[in-house]
Amino acid sequence: MHRIGGFVPLRALRRASAAAAALLLGIGLAPLGPGAVAGAQDRGVSLGIQYREGAKTSIIVLPIAGANGDTLTRMLSRDLDYSDRFTVVSSSSAPATTGTPNYALFTRLGVDGIVQASVLPSGWLRVALHDVGLKKVRNSKDFPLPSPAQTRDWRMAVHGAADGIEEWVTGQRGIAQTRIAFERGGRVWVVDSDGANPTAVTPNGMSPQWLPSGRGLVYAVLDGTRNPIMFKDLVSGAQRTLVSESGVEHTTPAVSPDGRTLVYARGTAVGTDLYAQPIDGGPARRVTVGRGRASAQPSFSPDGQRVAYMSDRSGHPEVYISDLDGTNAELLTAAAFGDRDYRAAPDWSPDGRQVAFQSRNGGTFQIMIINLRDQAVRSVTNDGRNDDPSWAPDSRHLVLTSTRSGIRQLWVVDAETGRARQLTFGAQEARLSAWSPRLLGQ
Amino acid sequence: MNRSSRLMLVLVSSSLALGACKKRPAPAPAPAPAPAPAETGPVRNTPAPAPRDTMAEYNEKVAAARLRLLETIYFEYDADELRDDARASLDAKLAILNANPGLRIKVNGHCDERGSDEYNIALGRRRAEAAKRYLTDRGIDGSRIETASFGRERPAVQGGGEDAWSKNRRDEFEIVAGGENLKPAS
Repeated sequence: MHRIGGFVPLRALRRASAAAAALLLGIGLAPLGPGAVAGAQDRGVSLGIQYREGAKTSIIVLPIAGANGDTLTRMLSRDLDYSDRFTVVSSSSAPATTGTPNYALFTRLGVDGIVQASVLPSGWLRVALHDVGLKKVRNSKDFPLPSPAQTRDWRMAVHGAADGIEEWVTGQRGIAQTRIAFERGGRVWVVDSDGANPTAVTPNGMSPQWLPSGRGLVYAVLDGTRNPIMFKDLVSGAQRTLVSESGVEHTTPAVSPDGRTLVYARGTAVGTDLYAQPIDGGPARRVTVGRGRASAQPSFSPDGQRVAYMSDRSGHPEVYISDLDGTNAELLTAAAFGDRDYRAAPDWSPDGRQVAFQSRNGGTFQIMIINLRDQAVRSVTNDGRNDDPSWAPDSRHLVLTSTRSGIRQLWVVDAETGRARQLTFGAQEARLSAWSPRLLGQ
Repeated sequence: MNRSSRLMLVLVSSSLALGACKKRPAPAPAPAPAPAPAETGPVRNTPAPAPRDTMAEYNEKVAAARLRLLETIYFEYDADELRDDARASLDAKLAILNANPGLRIKVNGHCDERGSDEYNIALGRRRAEAAKRYLTDRGIDGSRIETASFGRERPAVQGGGEDAWSKNRRDEFEIVAGGENLKPAS
């Protein structure tokens, strides 16, 4: 498994000889070694930037001049690296260039794309993406950045520029301009996708889930009396109670993709069952009938028609899928997992193709993914205890809780490569995380 | 048996006992002289329910009943079945509830940290309901017993390992109403 990597230093590039690095730095024109020449030929200069699944495009962010230039360079490089779709070449040894880059040199270094950016007098960020193979600017755009710089909003706008660059190359927008909600110390927190700005946003509560708009969160408060489901508007700061009843545990809320329906678990003397109700108020409708057993942790399919959830109706926890009215329930985790008799916390991928869940194996939990088309199951963790996966909007990355570094913290795992990075740090546990939708213009 | 006179006795005894506590002068270096002798209580209020009990012995019984009522019961891993020791404790609580018709209690179910955090809330609820059902099956009105779950959110003991886990898989009991003049089970 890959660890948090950082960027590939120039000297580590297979195709980059020391001589080529020297060339890039403009030190001199030493003759290239045969390896570098062969590499350049392998690369297929005429193809240009072609993003292929599984094959990483090599990209470099040239150092950005001016105030906040270092921060911008670092953020863009890191966001592209965290996407796990690029081999990001370190910016540190490349010169700041305002003119046309020396394409021949970057070709020899195996770089496919060059991100060249500058801060405009307005504070906006002008970004050009050079296709090294085609020796020309492939895309360019001016991204608005709010002032003052270095604030939370400014950083999110910079993340948005990185996501735009990723879209130019891969055709799919990135996930840097997102946040992750989680529980820490009995409160709901929100942290940027790169781990910056962890902020407590509620006085209490757990199990946060995002509204599809990204504007706010629903979460549960386990106070031992009315145990309400709450809504927190992250823009206005307003907070209100959605569900509350004496002597009932309301837990694990989730909001439908159209933002209209709230589903949650309702625990009473006759068991714990899922209920659905209009988020703006109205009668609750029962979804599951557990007859004393428990169903909880709902997760919507992207079309809003179905819901995945855990239930112990068979005697031990398993993951089920049913229609939103509770009909057509089927056991999703039916495949034999050996002694793994405990599966919970399903999360449906935004592209609808996969469900991630936690499965007990050898006394502790690991995160697994089931492909809904062929029921193929694979594990994406194997270190420590791992709980409560939540998909990123790219349906490729997961945020989850893990003990692999000690106490429980949030980790981001690339489900394709297994590469993992720690998202939260500190002396207090972090857990029960939920990845936001893309936060365009917020 | 004369219920009202028994109740009167308890009320008087309790207030005497309370008074004794309150009147004890804190700064006195030597033990304060005992206020009204406990024996005078029963003498003024006949008939005495248990003639051999001194007031102190009766108060001890009340205190013991309170402890038994609030005694935590424990569960096996991932289970809501009542163990034998839990049943014994619930039998004692049952007698106290029967002796105190105005008594209302709350059962809070808890779990250890091993399961899914969110599923644990449902499991804790089930543990609280198991204790409640044991009592209501034996005649206690359900309206006298509230239930709640805290899942694994409020461990009694921090840390991992079976020693901590076994202390965290539990029902805790609290008095909601009617605990001021608790009578021991007869």
